Amino acid sequence: MLSIRNLHARVIEKPVLKGINLEIGTGEIHAIMGPNGSGKSTLASVLAGRDDYEVTDGEVIYMGQNLLDLEPEERAWAGMFLSFQYPVEIPGVKNIYLLKAAVNAIREHRGLPELKASEFLKLVREKLKVMQMDEAFLHRNVNEGFSGGEKKRNEILQMQLLEPTLALLDETDSGLDVDALRVVGEGINQMRSPERSVLLVTHYQRLLDIVKPDFVHVLAHGEIKLSGDHTLAEKLEREGYEGIEAA
Amino acid sequence: MSQQEIDQLVDQDYKYGFVTDIESDTLPPGLNEDVIREISTRKGEPEWLLEWRLEAYAKWLEMTPPEWAHLDYPPIDFQAISYFSAPKKQGDGPKSLDEVDPALIETYNKLGIPLEEQKMLAGVAVDAVFDSVSVVTTFKEKLHEAGVVFCPLSEAVHSHPELVKKFLGSVVPQNDNYYGALNSAVFSDGSFVYIPKGVRCPMELSTYFRINQQNTGQFERTLIVAEEGSYVSYLEGCTAPQRDENQLHAAVVELVAESDAEIKYSTVQNWFAGDDEGKGGIYNFVTKRGECRGDRAKISWTQLETGSAITWKYPSCVLKGADSVGEFYSVAVAGKKQQADTGTKMVHIGPRTRSTIISKGISTARGQNAYRGLVKVLPGAVDVRNFTQCDSLLIGDQCGAHTFPYVEAQEPSAHLEHEATTSKVSDDQLFYLRTRGMSEEDALNMVVNGFCKEVFQKLPMEFAVEAEALLGITLEGAVG
Repeated sequence: MLSIRNLHARVIEKPVLKGINLEIGTGEIHAIMGPNGSGKSTLASVLAGRDDYEVTDGEVIYMGQNLLDLEPEERAWAGMFLSFQYPVEIPGVKNIYLLKAAVNAIREHRGLPELKASEFLKLVREKLKVMQMDEAFLHRNVNEGFSGGEKKRNEILQMQLLEPTLALLDETDSGLDVDALRVVGEGINQMRSPERSVLLVTHYQRLLDIVKPDFVHVLAHGEIKLSGDHTLAEKLEREGYEGIEAA
Repeated sequence: MSQQEIDQLVDQDYKYGFVTDIESDTLPPGLNEDVIREISTRKGEPEWLLEWRLEAYAKWLEMTPPEWAHLDYPPIDFQAISYFSAPKKQGDGPKSLDEVDPALIETYNKLGIPLEEQKMLAGVAVDAVFDSVSVVTTFKEKLHEAGVVFCPLSEAVHSHPELVKKFLGSVVPQNDNYYGALNSAVFSDGSFVYIPKGVRCPMELSTYFRINQQNTGQFERTLIVAEEGSYVSYLEGCTAPQRDENQLHAAVVELVAESDAEIKYSTVQNWFAGDDEGKGGIYNFVTKRGECRGDRAKISWTQLETGSAITWKYPSCVLKGADSVGEFYSVAVAGKKQQADTGTKMVHIGPRTRSTIISKGISTARGQNAYRGLVKVLPGAVDVRNFTQCDSLLIGDQCGAHTFPYVEAQEPSAHLEHEATTSKVSDDQLFYLRTRGMSEEDALNMVVNGFCKEVFQKLPMEFAVEAEALLGITLEGAVG
């Protein structure tokens, strides 16, 4: 589904990704772990199309297309979704308005008819239940005054509604208490399917206890230093990143 | 279609629009007493109104143009302007919509304007019997039954001379300001609205106005009187680009609200803004003021200003009656090389009077947007409250936002609050929305509409939707 080959990227002259190679097959869950500043979030941002980063070398093929040629919205239309580490506030815009606009924008590009207000409401209520969110969420301004946990739940709610083919989840577990972590984790698990792939970016193992990845990669200094199965995450939790960084 | 294309289109209409028979319909350029007499004669006005105009003219001659605004434009040659143009006759414009530039039609369609209205806006000659005419007749009957007077001011001068005489200039006196004085001397036409005691106007006058758009000329004069306990909602202007041949517009609007009366006045202004270099475009110098004369009266101004090269406009409320309320909700957009200096004045005279000011300024391209507001509390006006919020939104880095709030409180019990913010549409916001499948322009529209929401909520329902669409069209090409 996603093939990253020798990807190099920099931000204001400073190289951050220094030759990433990664193959993500359909239906697989990959976790990218690593210490702070290793380039994990940069990788997710570059894949979603944020233009703060300059790709200096390499290529990314997503379902047969050259991903780096696509605008962020085109990537979304093609089934990509990024859950933000720091979801952005949009003052004055109600959550429900954004959700509906997003769902219909993506439906339009999949050749599906626009959802009617009543159909949309039914769908969104279903998903709210999964995420254990109150309906009042719909009528608050996007991320404005949301707690850290509420913001992350809202991101996964969006993922549930948009049903991406490839989900990039950037530090979705950060800032969550134990209960919220479980809800968010279950929300991700519920989306597991043979047709859907997930790239989880995380610093800690705790989310991976709930969402079991098929592969774990360790990123340090802009390179993937080590890959393995989910037991690698456990090892890292015990031993820390130090040994790998030195390698 | 880009904003530039729309503007070019409006510009074309502006240059090549109506063909007017200059010899018979328009006075030659220039302003003097004889010109004013001629205007009055052609309009068949009574002697007292001519005298009133001449008085205003004499006062205007003594005055000088205001220079305090944050605006930059060359001096206006008032002798180069023609001050009288007879109303357009049918048959002067295009014969059908097929003859109208398709791009203009596209804009109308984007705004969701019905076909018959499109014809009127594009200046297409319409048959005497089309659907809307009967609608207008129905409206007229309904208003008549309620005792509401709603007609051109020039007609009211004859049908209700005592009312016009009593209220004209009673809120904005002839010598109030330079452009107001000019308007008083040469005003062309406008609306007259009179709501009798205890009457709630049976319809939003906007509904009527939309299908009965009149050619009010460049010196519009409107007078609205709401007697005790009455209510009226009035919308002027239109979201659709309109034809206009005059560069200088100097309008005066006067509102009078007696005890327990409420006037809601909404404006959507989308005149030609000039090109990207600031060439052409309307100079919009407007005086708008409402007086809450009775206790518990309420006047509310709501405006969306997207057009004009220069906007100089401060819809104000004079709160005389005890417990009366003034409100000002504004969205002003300055793009291209547009300049807007707009805001409000709230003058608190009566005790326990309250006012609210919500101003949203949006600047893009090389636009300059200034909020200028005065909150004045006179001695004796005890326990006054004002809340002012001015927010500025910048798109790009060549535009400007300025805030000039003035407070003159002469009463220690006054409770005045002021909040101001300036923000930029952030790349993070746009990126966030784009990853959710929205195009860059849709993302920008969503952010901007969120910014304006508090104001749009105050517009009559059907116009709130159009206002959002208009804002979208105005901002096309603002990013990327």
